[in-house]
This record gives sequence, structure tokens and C-alpha cells, in this order.
Amino acid sequence: MKPEVILETRKLTMRFGGLTAVDDFNAKIYKGSIVGLIGPNGAGKTTCFNMISGFYAPSDGRVLFKGADITGTPPHEVCRAGVARTFQNIRLFGNGTVLQNVMVGCHVRQKTSWWQTVLYLPSNLKEEKAIAEKSRGLLKVFGLEHLAGEKAKSLPYGAQRRLEIARALATEPQFLLLDEPAAGMNPQETNELMGFIRDIREQFKLTILLIEHDMKVVMGVCEHMWVLDYGETIAEGPPESIKANPKVIEAYLGEEAIADA
Amino acid sequence: MMERKLKIISNIMATAVLAMFLWWAQTNLGAYHTQILNLIAVNIILALSLNLIYGFTGMFSLGHAGFMAIGAYTCSILIMTPAQKEMLFILQKAYPWVQEAGAPFVVAVVAGGLIAALVGLVVGAPLLRLGDDYLGIATLGFAEIIRVLANNIPRITNGALGFKGIPGYANIWWNFGWCLFALYFIVRIVNSNFGNTLMAIRDDEPAAKAMGINIFRYKLLSFTIGSFFAGIGGALLASLVSTIDPKMFLFTLTFNVLMIVVCGGLGSLTGSVLASIAITILLEWLRFVENPIFIGDFELKGIPGMRMVVFSLALLFIILFRREGLMGMREFRWEWLLGLFRKRGEVK
Amino acid sequence: MSWAMFVQHLLNGLTLGSLYALIAIGYTMIYGILRLINFAHSEIFMLGAYSVFWGVTLIHLPWPIAVTLGILAVAALGVLVDRVAYRPLRDAPRSSALISAIGVSFFLQNLAIVVFSAIPREVYRPTWLETVILVGDVRVLPLTLLVPVLSFLLMLGLIYIVYKTKAGLGMRAISKDIETSYTMGVPVNRIIALTFGIGSALAAASGIMWALRYPQLQPIMGIIPGFKAFIAAVVGGIGSIQGAVIGGLGLGLVEIMAVATFPELAGYRDALAFVLLIGILLIKPTGLMGVKLEDKL
Ligand SMILES: Nc1ncnc2c1ncn2[C@@H]1O[C@H](COP(=O)(O)OP(=O)(O)O)[C@@H](O)[C@H]1O
Ligand SMILES: [Mg+2]
Repeated sequence: MKPEVILETRKLTMRFGGLTAVDDFNAKIYKGSIVGLIGPNGAGKTTCFNMISGFYAPSDGRVLFKGADITGTPPHEVCRAGVARTFQNIRLFGNGTVLQNVMVGCHVRQKTSWWQTVLYLPSNLKEEKAIAEKSRGLLKVFGLEHLAGEKAKSLPYGAQRRLEIARALATEPQFLLLDEPAAGMNPQETNELMGFIRDIREQFKLTILLIEHDMKVVMGVCEHMWVLDYGETIAEGPPESIKANPKVIEAYLGEEAIADA
Repeated sequence: MMERKLKIISNIMATAVLAMFLWWAQTNLGAYHTQILNLIAVNIILALSLNLIYGFTGMFSLGHAGFMAIGAYTCSILIMTPAQKEMLFILQKAYPWVQEAGAPFVVAVVAGGLIAALVGLVVGAPLLRLGDDYLGIATLGFAEIIRVLANNIPRITNGALGFKGIPGYANIWWNFGWCLFALYFIVRIVNSNFGNTLMAIRDDEPAAKAMGINIFRYKLLSFTIGSFFAGIGGALLASLVSTIDPKMFLFTLTFNVLMIVVCGGLGSLTGSVLASIAITILLEWLRFVENPIFIGDFELKGIPGMRMVVFSLALLFIILFRREGLMGMREFRWEWLLGLFRKRGEVK
Repeated sequence: MSWAMFVQHLLNGLTLGSLYALIAIGYTMIYGILRLINFAHSEIFMLGAYSVFWGVTLIHLPWPIAVTLGILAVAALGVLVDRVAYRPLRDAPRSSALISAIGVSFFLQNLAIVVFSAIPREVYRPTWLETVILVGDVRVLPLTLLVPVLSFLLMLGLIYIVYKTKAGLGMRAISKDIETSYTMGVPVNRIIALTFGIGSALAAASGIMWALRYPQLQPIMGIIPGFKAFIAAVVGGIGSIQGAVIGGLGLGLVEIMAVATFPELAGYRDALAFVLLIGILLIKPTGLMGVKLEDKL
């Protein structure tokens, strides 16, 4: 049986003035896989996410989700279609509680409307209650249920990262984009996180595209990866072939040289 | 978590207590103190509506006076008798439809709110794309345009002369009735998941978009609801003070409401209610400073302007030293009160 | 419209416009550096006008000395406002500083009512400014000529400061990137104070000339010119001094000419600027010359 393609990009290109941040990015992502987008800082990874999730309208190229063209669709509709994302620098609703953050994620699937709330209709009361229940359930999966009533911005860093993923899952996505989820974590935490990502893939029947800037981190989880450097796709393939690819080594060596200087 | 039923009962009981207090106030308080109570009710409505727009949705709007003006003029035109209007429009005759228009007080107030909401919708659609301070200055501009307009369409608004002798239907029951309605409406919204999405938009727009929220639509909705209640507040105010003219709807009016909301705490309805009470009383009390005081034959001259000096100093003080206002983003909950009693009980 | 009338209106527009421009410069400089709409600027303008009234009518100083002292005092006040009401809020959300600015504006306005009373005051005008001269068919007050010339000189001085001095370099650095300026050792707070001083001095000068041209003082006299000047700054591209000058002159001319051409619209005169503002913001949400700051995700 041939696996089904869930997301496809064709010649995706983003130019900012004279700078081509992403140039001709082509990818086919199969349903149920965990794949990675790696590359040094400034390579254009986040820009790819922004184009896929509708934050940027690509200068060129197409994004297809489950066969439908979603190029240039606004972010909230992309989310409704089933694509959720996290952000590289955590973006929580800082003044809301942890529970509220997740409940906001549930809103996109909510059927009853604000005026039903005002009219105190039973259907709305029931749904609101169900949403709170569901959100608590999600928090439990992420080990955050004891923090449900805390303000999101008061959480420790690691918990904030997890909350952001929990919130994204509340939108009931089929496709999840994680932008450097392991940023700022030590190797042990990173390992746990990668295991956890594999678990939620099973539990929520997800396909996951993962950005990582440190190549070693994702070697273990990703089944397939793309390597960007200065916007260009310099390599594509399973982890083993990427590891051995001289172009990739060169790109990363260049970066290490800069980091060491 | 507390039983929903118990909460509802508590709310009903609180309303009953308020009603009893109003009943008492009506028979025992003089006209002056009753007027202060009325002003409190109207200020609560106005503060709640601005807090919904600014404190909960994060849209820095300075256009409240404009929406209030719309509500006030609409309501006044509808409740003044044709004979009254005949007398008022001396410089230029009113348009026939203005002359003929008439409606019962409730309808007039609702109409004031609805027209303000409609204008809010139309104005908000383009303006709400602006961020922060540009939105502030643009909405302020909107309110000024409304005022200039009121000055220049004498066949509807009677120009600079405005209206006098607007029937004083807005008694304590109407005002507090509307106040409770606004409170109920906005509390329901803010405590629902819809309210959570507004909070999300306020805290982080891109993240809210990524959560599937149609930001523009929700901002507009919040702005329209806020405009509606600003219109209601304006309508009640017109009937309460019986005289309106374009000068009444200067930026100062918006400033007063903004002051209440900031002092109470952006994002706290409890804060808005408490600050409305405190600041309305404070402002009335400060009136003494501005009027001459007689002690026997001796006259202490009043100091005009002193009221707003104190008032603006208070605002500065709060924004500089206690930016979160009285309540921060906290709200009153029955659980607290109950928790207090419980703790007492356990000690025994 | 006769030729003489046209020139007359042109001169009036130029006078009004250069007064707007002087105020607009203060708005634009402060916005450029702090991204703050300094609502109190219109009260600085008003107090500039009052300072001369105070000096000449109440303390009986000679007019030129009263003007000089007035401008200096008001400039100092501008610096004080920044120190007390804005500097503590540098790291706060932007709307906090804006609310603080609105608070200061109301405070100064009402303080003026307390001190000077709300009753409009007459201003002393040196007689040589009031003698009408005839140039061909055009009747001109020396003032009408003096105001644009003086404003022009002040602006030249300002442009010299901003582009040719070290302090000016600092100002430009801060308006580009305040964080980096801190780390580069630019004395940020001192330069911001200087900016408030210069902006306030120009507003005071504008207030004084305004009071000569439209000789009545009122505590609320700053509100409308203040808003209009701010709008002029937005129209010209906020942050740019040349833009503020062009915007101010343009607004003054448009206002006078529009009312002269369509006298029936005179009542809408004060709304014109706001309509212009909203129109421009709708076409370009960050003002005519403003750059869009993308949300970095
Ligand atoms: N909104 C934008 N405007 C201009 N340039 C941008 C924008 N977003 C990203 N860039 C540029 O595009 C390049 C790629 O950035 P990004 O996608 O964030 O890299 P990565 O996520 O791989 O570290 C960088 O040079 C960055 O400065
Ligand atoms: Mg990135």
C-alpha cells in the first residue's frame, strides 16, 4: 500500500526585498511520519513554517494540504483545516491561566457561539463544560494538570514549551509543526521530549514536522529530513544519508567555525 | 469548583439585596444623593464597555465619547415630545422625521445602543487594523468628527445649542436595571471560552491566529458590543442630566471613563465596578473644592479646575506606581467569600 | 477669488502652517525616539503662550526678556515631564506611557485653569507688529510675514542640531534602535531629555507666536492645534523632521484654502484634519512614510 501524502510544498519561495530567505523548497510529507527541517541559524526554516501556516504569503510556489491548495490562506483557516504550530520563541497567552490557554485552542472546534453564552443556553453550557474537561485531559497528558490555575507566564521554561504543544493539540490538528521545541533544554530533557513527541504522534494520530537547529537532536526521531542553508535545500533524505552528506557537514562546519570565533 | 446552582442563588440574592438598597435609597435619599447613585450606575456601564474593548481585547480605543454622543442624541430625539422639539429647534426646523420620531424610553435606549453599535461596526471594520497608539488617535479622531458633525447638522441635533429639558425617565430602577444587564452580559462573555479568545488576542495576536481565531472578526465583535453599551450609557446619561450639547462629548468624557477603567484594573470587571463607585463619589466630593464654601458669612472661594487636577494626578499616580490598578486582573468570586467563611468555621 | 485675496489667504495659510510645523516637530522627534504620542505637547504649547502673558502682564518684564525666559522655562518643563511621567515607563507596555501622557496633558490643562482661570486673557502685543503694511493691494500684518520667517530660521537651527552635532547623531541613533544605542554607550536619557527640551522650546515659540496672531489665551487653546500638528506629523511621516514641516505647512494651507473656497464648510474645519488622518491611516496603517514593523515569529 502506498502511503498517503498529507502535506506537500512545491517550489516554495520567499523573498524579503533582495534577500531570498527560502528558495524553491519542495517536500512531500507522508501521513503519520515524523520529519525534520534542519539547518543553521537564519537558514529559512521558520520562514518555511510561516509560509505553510499562512503567516506569510509565499513569493512563489504552492502549499498543498491533503491535496487541497492552501497557499495564501490566512493562519486561522489553515489551523481550522488541521495544521497547528508552535513558535520558536514561546508565545503563550501570558495573562491567562494554563487551562485557559488550552481552552483557547479548543475554540476553533467549538460549535456554540458567543450569543448562546449570553442567553445561557444549555447547549452552550454543556459544550463549555466539555471543553474544560477536554482541556484538563490534555494537561494531564502533558503533566501540567496541577498547574491548571496558574498564570501561563509564571510557568518555568520547560512547562511553557509543553503547554504550547498542548495548546496546539487542542485545535485537533492532523499535522503539527514544531519550531525548535528543544531550544534551551539540556540533553536529557531533549531526549525525554523527543520520546514524548513520538508518543503523542501515536496517541493523537499526528504527522509532525520538526524544526531543529542542532542536527544531533533530531537524528533519533526523524524518519526523513530536509536540510536548508541560506534558503537553499542542500540535502534531503533519511538521517543516515544526511549525516554522511558532505554538503551538510560543510554547512554545519561553517557555523561551528563562526560559533567558535 | 463551586456548584453552579449555588452561584446562581448567590447572584440572585445579591441582586435582591441591591434592590432592597435601591428601594431604601429611593425613599430615604435626597435628589442629590440619588443622582450620585444614578451616575454610578451609568459609569459602571461605560467602564465595563471600555474595559471589554481595551482591558480584555487589548484595543486602545479613545472613541467612547463619540459612541456616547450617538446614544444620547438618538435617545433624546426619541423621547422628547413633538411639542418640545418644536420649541427647541428655533434656529432651523428639525427634519420631519426627527420632529415626528418618538418611542417609549426602553425602545429609545435600545435604539441608542443599536445605532452606536452599528456605527461601531462600520467604523471599527477599517480602524481596528491599526495598532496601539494609531488606533487610539484614530478613534479619538472619530469621536471628534462625531462632535463636529453634531455641531453642523442643526436640523437633527439643534447644533451648538443642543437639547434642553430631555425627559428624566432614567430613574434609579432603569439605570441599575441596565447596569445589571450590562454586567450580566459582559461577565458572561468574559467568563466564556469566547472571552478566553479575546484575552488571547490581547496577549498575543500571532499565537491567537495560529489557534484558529479569526482575530479581525472577534476584535470587531468586541468593539461593536462595547460600542453598544457605550451608546446605552450615553442614552441613559442624556435622560439623567436632561441637557446635552456637543461640548458635553469632548475628549474629557472619554478620559473620565478611561481613568475609571485604568484605576480599577485593565482586565478586571470587579475593578471597573469598584472604581466606578469610588471615582464617581470622589468626583462629586471634589465638586465642593470648586464651588465657593460659606462658613457663616465668611466665603472661601472655590477653585475651578481643581477637580480635574486632583483626578489627573490620581491617574498619573496609578499608572506610575500601581500600573495594574486596584484589582490587577483579579475578579470577585463567590468562592472567595465562601472560602473566608469556611476558614472561620474551621478555626472554630 | 481675486489675486489679492488669494495672496492674503496664502500668507495666512503659511502663517498657520508654520505654527503647526513648529509644534509638529516636537511630536515627530519624540515619537521618532520613544514611539510615544506626547499628548502633553499641546499643553506645552499653551503654557508657552501663557508664560509671556505672565512675564509681561503680571511681572512687568520687558517683552523680549519675557519671551526668552518663557521659552526656557517651558523647555525645562518639557524635560521635567519626561523625567517624571515617561522615563519610569520606558519598559512598560506602550499604552501605559500613552495613558501617562494623557494624564499629564489633563493635569497641565487644569492646573492652568486653576492658576490662570478659564477666562480668556488678552495678550500684550508690541505695537510694531500690529501696523498694517500695504504691499500692492495686499494688506499684511508684519506678524504674518514674521511668523513664517522666524519658524523657518528655527527649523534650520534644528536641522543643524540633528544632522551636524554629536547630540543630533545620538538622537538619530536612538530613533533607529534604542536598545543598541544603550549598549553602544549613547547617553540615552540625556539625549531624550535634550529632545524634550528642544521640542518643548519650539512648541513654546509656536505658542507665543500663536498668541500674537490670534490674541487670546485660554487653558484649552492647545488642544486643537496640538491634535492638528500631530496629524501633520503623521501625514508627513512621523519621525521625519522635514516631513513634519511639510505636513504642517500643507495642513495650514489646505485648511485656510478649503475654508476660503467653500465658506459653507467652515463649521467642519476642525474635523478636516481628523478625516485626513483617518483616510491616510486606512491607506497606510503606519502613516505616510512610516515603515511596517513585521512581527518576528
Ligand atoms: N519578516 C521578515 N522580513 C525580513 N526578513 C526576514 C523576515 N523573516 C525572516 N527574515 C530573514 O529570513 C532569513 C531566514 O530566517 P528564519 O526563517 O527565521 O531562519 P531560521 O528559522 O532558519 O533560523 C533570515 O535572514 C531572516 O533575517
Ligand atoms: Mg527559526
